[in-house]
Amino acid sequence: MNWKTTATAMGLALLASTGLARADGVLNIYNWGNYTSPDVIKKFEAKYNVKVTITDYDSNDTALAKVRQGGTGFDIAVPSQTYVPIWIKEGLIQETDPGKMENFKNVAPEWANPDFDPGRKYSVPWAWGTIGVVVNTDAYKGPADSWGIIFNTPDELKGKVNVVPEMGDVMFAAIKYVGGQQCTDDKAVLKKVRDLLVAAKPNWIAMEYNTIEKMGAGDFKATSDWNGSALRQRLANPAIHYNYPKEGFGLWSDNVVVLKEAKNVENAKLFQNFIMDPENAAGLSAFHRYANAITGSDKYMPADMKDAPEVIIPAADKPRGELQQMCSPETQEIYTKIWTELQK
Amino acid sequence: MATAEEVAKAAERRDVRDRWLLSAPALLVIFLAATGPLLIVLVYSFLTPGSYGDVKWQFSPEAWVSVFLERDIFDDTLSIAAAHVTIFLRSIKLSVVTTIATLVLGFPTAYFMATRSEKTRDLWLFLITIPFWTNLLIRTFAVLQIIRNEGIVNTMLLKLGIISAPIQILYTDTAILIGMAYVYLPLMVLPIYASMEKLDFRLVEAGYDLYASRFQVLRRIIFPLVKPGVIAGSILVFIPALGAYVTPSVLGGGKNMMLSNLIELQFGQGRNWPLGSALSIAVMIIVMVALLAYVRNAGKSGVRHG
Repeated sequence: MNWKTTATAMGLALLASTGLARADGVLNIYNWGNYTSPDVIKKFEAKYNVKVTITDYDSNDTALAKVRQGGTGFDIAVPSQTYVPIWIKEGLIQETDPGKMENFKNVAPEWANPDFDPGRKYSVPWAWGTIGVVVNTDAYKGPADSWGIIFNTPDELKGKVNVVPEMGDVMFAAIKYVGGQQCTDDKAVLKKVRDLLVAAKPNWIAMEYNTIEKMGAGDFKATSDWNGSALRQRLANPAIHYNYPKEGFGLWSDNVVVLKEAKNVENAKLFQNFIMDPENAAGLSAFHRYANAITGSDKYMPADMKDAPEVIIPAADKPRGELQQMCSPETQEIYTKIWTELQK
Repeated sequence: MATAEEVAKAAERRDVRDRWLLSAPALLVIFLAATGPLLIVLVYSFLTPGSYGDVKWQFSPEAWVSVFLERDIFDDTLSIAAAHVTIFLRSIKLSVVTTIATLVLGFPTAYFMATRSEKTRDLWLFLITIPFWTNLLIRTFAVLQIIRNEGIVNTMLLKLGIISAPIQILYTDTAILIGMAYVYLPLMVLPIYASMEKLDFRLVEAGYDLYASRFQVLRRIIFPLVKPGVIAGSILVFIPALGAYVTPSVLGGGKNMMLSNLIELQFGQGRNWPLGSALSIAVMIIVMVALLAYVRNAGKSGVRHG
């Protein structure tokens, strides 16, 4: 075994040194952790003779704070749709006009002209997904297509439910459950939301991100979660099912943008164009397990994703999906107070 | 006589000046590395939050007001910030309990170590320091693997037929305490061991010769003599425990905030950096006051024995 690792290490070192020697340029990507397909990156490096580096971040706020300080050396970042307008407003990213790029014709119509970047002047879709409810059907066999699993937990699941602690997502779900609109500042609705959350919490076991492992091991029997995470859980345990809540569910999308301080703007543009190619988009999806917004990528998708209910929203559920927005700072402040009250 | 005094005074002055000059580099480093960043935190706590994180350079006492008071979002009345108080008290309680737990476990451990032969002592000391070689996160995950429902403890108890369903330890306060005690135990053992090692065990023998019971020897001889170690250990455990972040999040399941989570929220999703800064400074002040009170009290009762 030992000679094998040594050989691999030596091979890698060799590969790295030669790659460095012949690369025409570099591209520095700043992206969420465990999100970038190494295969697609290798293909990009080979095609354009560019050496790519990838640095991880763990939240939109981290990425925003770091890039705002400047001097990061990154060319590309991948903020979520709620944050893209902030990046634009704060002058952190540049207009690369992806809407005019060669491969833009592949972008699915519903993602070609989004509210967060009208006319796609800055951003290229990387991945999109939904936030719903995951239930282990060995523990609970009843209807699960509702946020009620989280907020009005059935007896079988009491003390076994996890909630992913994304404030925006939880507030969105709770507001939908009491019948309000996202980003509402209606005090009557928010009071209901607060009471709902506070009353629901004793039935939760945890508020954690690490759902794939914990659902798999059985520490949790249900959780709120992202669809790609739910897909991985089902592949590990077929009894685990993803549900689109009937009260309405959130849609999100992460987008590739080019920083204003980028030093390798041309390579960054090449990359934006490159990932709008159906085969490459499918390659990204095969790794991060989320849908891409590229038409024609389905035929290159891995078999276990082609008709996965987590990735392809059933036609009946589709109308209830709603792209999540960034709430105003004043509303956000109220949400933070409710959130603190919930976790106190 | 007078001139000699003056010469002595001048020499003393020169001495003082030289000392200041010599310590200047160290003082500069301390200022840049420790005090400087804290001053930034202090300044930030008096500014206005930016719309999407960061701060606006506008004076505002709002952050400090909301550390202690909160305006009800529904009826707009000002009241004590109950949520903050609850979180503060939870963190303080956890730190106190952790300190007591590590003391109860650490004191006998240190005693055991100090009473071994010189040669084997080093081995025991070495064993105590081994956990420090591993990252805190990994040690915490190791505890998680042991106590989770499918973990070692539950699997063994189930196999032995002692229990019929796994005991829920993970995500409870007990889990947090187990993790904290494990992580901070060496910080308690080492200072106690250091003072215990210097203890003259002939005094203990003398105590026995004078018909003291074992408990009396412990209470009247050993404990007063190793008290400095106990105080140092308690401080070393209490302070980091108050700011513990990883252990409560991983083992407690993140349902109930600790001080550190509350502060992190303000810098992250809450986007209120001034409040985060004010909370951090408030914690520091509380720790400082608590420490001063503790050290003074501990010192006083120490004098009586001396």
